[in-house]
Amino acid sequence: MLLVKVEDLRISFGARQVVNGISLNIDLGQRVGVVGESGSGKSLTALSIIGLLPDAATQTGTVSISVHNSSQYVQVSSANVPDSAINLRGEHIGMVFQEPMTSLNPLMRIGDQIREAIVLHIRAADVDERVAMLIAEVELPASVEKRFPHELSGGQRQRIGLAIALAAEPELLIADEPTSALDMITQRQVIDLIRSVCNKRQMALLFISHDLGAVAALCEKIYVLEKGNLVEEGKAADLLAAPQQLYTKKLIAAAKPIRRREIGRQVGKPLLKVEGISRKFKLPSRLFAPKQYVQALGDISFEIGEAECVGLVGPSGCGKTTLSRIIAGLQISQTGSLDFDGHKYGRTFDSMPKEARRELAMVFQDPFGSFDPRLDMAKSMFEPLNLLPSLNAKEQLERVHQAVERVGLDTDMLGRHPHAFSGGQRQRLAIARALVLRPKLVVLDEPVSALDVSIRGEVLQLLSELRENYGIAYLFVSHDLDVVHAVADRVLVMDKGHIVEQGHVDEVFNNPQAQITKQLLAARLSM
Amino acid sequence: MAIENSTSLLRRAMAHPSFRVGVIGSAAFLALALVSLVWTPYPTDIVDIPNRFASFSVTHWLGTDYLGRDQFSLLMTGIANSLKVALLAMAIGAMIGVPLGLIAASSKGWLEAVILRFNDFIFAFPALISAIIITTLFGPSAINAMVAIGIFNIPVFARVARGGALSLWTLEYVDAAKLSGLSNAQINVRHIFPNVASLLIVQATIQLSLGVLAEAGLSYIGLGTQPPETSLGLMLKEAQSFFFGFPMQAVIPGLAIVLFVISFNLLGDGLRDTLDPKLSKAGSINVAG
Amino acid sequence: MFGFALKRLFGVAVTLIVAAAIIFFLLDILPGDPARFMLGINATEDAVAALRVELGLDQSAFNRFFGWGAGVIQGDLGISFSQRMPVSQLMSERLQVSLPLALSALTLSTLIGLPMGIVAAQNRGKFGDSFTMTLAQIGIAIPNFWFAMLLVLAFAVTWRIFPPGGFVPWSENPLVAAKSLVLPAIALALPQAAILARVMRTALVDVIQADFIRTAMAKGLTKKQAIWRHGVRNALLPVLTIMGLQFAFLIAGTIIVENVFYLPGLGRLIFSAISARDLIVVRSAILVLVAMVIVVMFLVDLAYAFIDPRIRTGGQSIGN
Repeated sequence: MLLVKVEDLRISFGARQVVNGISLNIDLGQRVGVVGESGSGKSLTALSIIGLLPDAATQTGTVSISVHNSSQYVQVSSANVPDSAINLRGEHIGMVFQEPMTSLNPLMRIGDQIREAIVLHIRAADVDERVAMLIAEVELPASVEKRFPHELSGGQRQRIGLAIALAAEPELLIADEPTSALDMITQRQVIDLIRSVCNKRQMALLFISHDLGAVAALCEKIYVLEKGNLVEEGKAADLLAAPQQLYTKKLIAAAKPIRRREIGRQVGKPLLKVEGISRKFKLPSRLFAPKQYVQALGDISFEIGEAECVGLVGPSGCGKTTLSRIIAGLQISQTGSLDFDGHKYGRTFDSMPKEARRELAMVFQDPFGSFDPRLDMAKSMFEPLNLLPSLNAKEQLERVHQAVERVGLDTDMLGRHPHAFSGGQRQRLAIARALVLRPKLVVLDEPVSALDVSIRGEVLQLLSELRENYGIAYLFVSHDLDVVHAVADRVLVMDKGHIVEQGHVDEVFNNPQAQITKQLLAARLSM
Repeated sequence: MAIENSTSLLRRAMAHPSFRVGVIGSAAFLALALVSLVWTPYPTDIVDIPNRFASFSVTHWLGTDYLGRDQFSLLMTGIANSLKVALLAMAIGAMIGVPLGLIAASSKGWLEAVILRFNDFIFAFPALISAIIITTLFGPSAINAMVAIGIFNIPVFARVARGGALSLWTLEYVDAAKLSGLSNAQINVRHIFPNVASLLIVQATIQLSLGVLAEAGLSYIGLGTQPPETSLGLMLKEAQSFFFGFPMQAVIPGLAIVLFVISFNLLGDGLRDTLDPKLSKAGSINVAG
Repeated sequence: MFGFALKRLFGVAVTLIVAAAIIFFLLDILPGDPARFMLGINATEDAVAALRVELGLDQSAFNRFFGWGAGVIQGDLGISFSQRMPVSQLMSERLQVSLPLALSALTLSTLIGLPMGIVAAQNRGKFGDSFTMTLAQIGIAIPNFWFAMLLVLAFAVTWRIFPPGGFVPWSENPLVAAKSLVLPAIALALPQAAILARVMRTALVDVIQADFIRTAMAKGLTKKQAIWRHGVRNALLPVLTIMGLQFAFLIAGTIIVENVFYLPGLGRLIFSAISARDLIVVRSAILVLVAMVIVVMFLVDLAYAFIDPRIRTGGQSIGN
């Protein structure tokens, strides 16, 4: 029977309407997914169901919930309206949010935060046992109860968020992008946990995500949203097998692993030689306690040839970002040596000579932080030319224009400021900035992870073309194996600071040897 | 955060009514101060005993003081002197404190630790205590008050600059600048400083109004501006002796201080809301310096 | 927690020693010849020589500093040159006035300011907010000594409820003594309260937008409950930082306000010492004031670490 009824939901912020008449239903015990890209209104829809819309939002249309399996439907009120006789939040609806790092009160112990969720709704003598049971149900050790949130990892915090949502035994669990901020393996684990919890409690689930693969893995019914409108709905299997609408087809296509593009260039002689580098960081320690270190990298050695694309993958915390920064010259290694195009560097700051710096560029993950918001694009683009003072003004301008054109953008955009561009455009400009000096090697740290799924393919295509046309080598760091498979020739798999496996990308993916490689491959949510 | 040119910024700021009040008030006081440098309705150094303690009239808008001098002229000069001290003290704080804060944010290691210790240390010496030390050694004067207030402004600006800068150093465009071969100093000048500038401007207005209050306090106890010069605090000191008979002597300069400080604070608040509503997070929530 | 406190205590000790050294340097070494400085230009050579012997100025600067430091630790602050009495005795007399005054002002400002700020934040954008914040805006602009004058005019002259000035020792008449401190305490407290109200409001408004407040509401708490149970404690952190910094201003304010009420506190002692060029008194008084401020900042640090478990592991100082 019907648990949640949403009828013609419209949400606006002032004059701007962001959700335009969405209707959806959730049956008792049914798992429903809402999928859409950023700006589709999916989160707002979820918030309106639990009654937690931001103050500035106005809502029309009705959201009603059936309570205690009756045919009586209670309308959900917003958080500002004084509570009706029945408090739906917590008791009948539980919610898990996206950001594990900030969802928990940093000053309260974990156990107390769970306890509060129970005590608000259930008058029971065995509260402590219930807390322990919940912690066990989300597969965490009992010692977690006395801890504070900052002592837990993102994945652990998300599990606690789940425990809190389940505390009062609600009929509906809403999960708003619960895994987007987690790494692949943890993502998989949390999704499996949600599934088993819903099964065990026969609880309905509303799962919000931009990741079609995750939604498909969990849900029986799917709603597709675009820019505030309901585009398509249907049973998961039917929808994925035979999508009717264009947008749905686009989403499905984008979620499929990108096809590899074979390029016609041969890999040249070794360009970058990394030998025996390592790095450890000191941990804050208590007074009089022995100093503790974490070994971020240990004895790393590998090579990258000219025009070769080497992928670097591993779970979060494996050291791949630290490694990429050491190679780029932003950090130093405590042992070993680096040799780039004949120049040795890496053991002290500023050990990289100008001639080497010119040949090595980097593209970062966050397109929003990649450019100084106060400078127009032209000024940001000219910055790398600091390393080539011998060029005159005309030559400099030519270089910048060439780079911008190569990434498929217009040179008269250069007068604008970063905020005028979309995420995808900014990432292209970041690539253009990297190309201004015509480098031999570009280090890319998660270059497409922050982009919408539909844009990723274009940017990866661009990167492949550039490599083919200009013979640039790449070190491509990513947590997403499908992305790496689409662009890399060879792949290095890292775990806990060491390279555990390397080889040609097809071999490693089809015939993984190391445990972590198998785990990473299994964590991929395919459809 | 949108980057706009100054005219549209001003237009947006003027939309806030409190900002409008602040601008008008501050402008009025500044105008009075500037005008007083060249002209006042009556000269402030001529004594006119028979006319002392006159109440408001057409000839003397705000009456006269215990020496028969025109209150309005005294007020104008007083505002100018108070403003001078506060302005220069703010400049001392900013010119030394901001570079210290930026360097601390970019250095890490021992340099940062030294600067932080130094900061903490000066926080223990409020303007009054520095003023006491300086006046014990060198005698009281407006300049010494200025230096004392300025010394305390240094760690305030250093802390705000450092706070704002620290969050910027983790951004990718700073890494990009390093990869382009820019040194830390170049990055500070080119990227960090312009992006903390709005934070510093707001802090400057706060320190300015605090400086006026501090100058008033120091002059009131005799450690600041000395006669025959006049300042708002000094007027209050002189008024205290006659307070019970002629309360207006104290009310007028005090009111002037209150109105001036409110105007400047509203100006600062309006600026902060316009430049970046999230500013209060980046630096310290520093209402009192 | 213990390790954190120990580390901080070490820092405090270092700061105190450095502060003492600088104070000593400025007030003992810089004047060149302290004896001549204190006696003035018209002093005879014999008088100067005698004073030099009395002050032990024939020893090296280092020795003098250590002598002074050793004395301070034992409670001996020297003999006042102008009043011929032990400085420690003078100071404890004056502290009878200044310390209760400062502490009651601190308490009063907290009791008024924090609730004001909380009310403003809860009613953000509505009347409660604009009203309290307008009051606060006026409050921070009022010089405390001028406000003191107005209070005297109202409550001591016009309505004779409180004495307009002067002080009676606690031992003589505690009730009158307390009454003499009421108006000064209010004068000091109100501007401080205004500052605290503004800071509390800003901090709470920030916290209200945090994700964990939303999680609390998702558990079933109303917004108000979520703010009180989860928000206020988190908002106290930046407020505590400001309170620590404000203490220095409070001390300075106490000294100034005492002037309005002719209270025989530390302020009076310091100013007469300055006019009399009594370096010994000025030196010790400043050290005591600075020490009070440093100790308060240390206590705030401790409170911070007590509330915020993240600080205990990181070992950072407030605001840094």
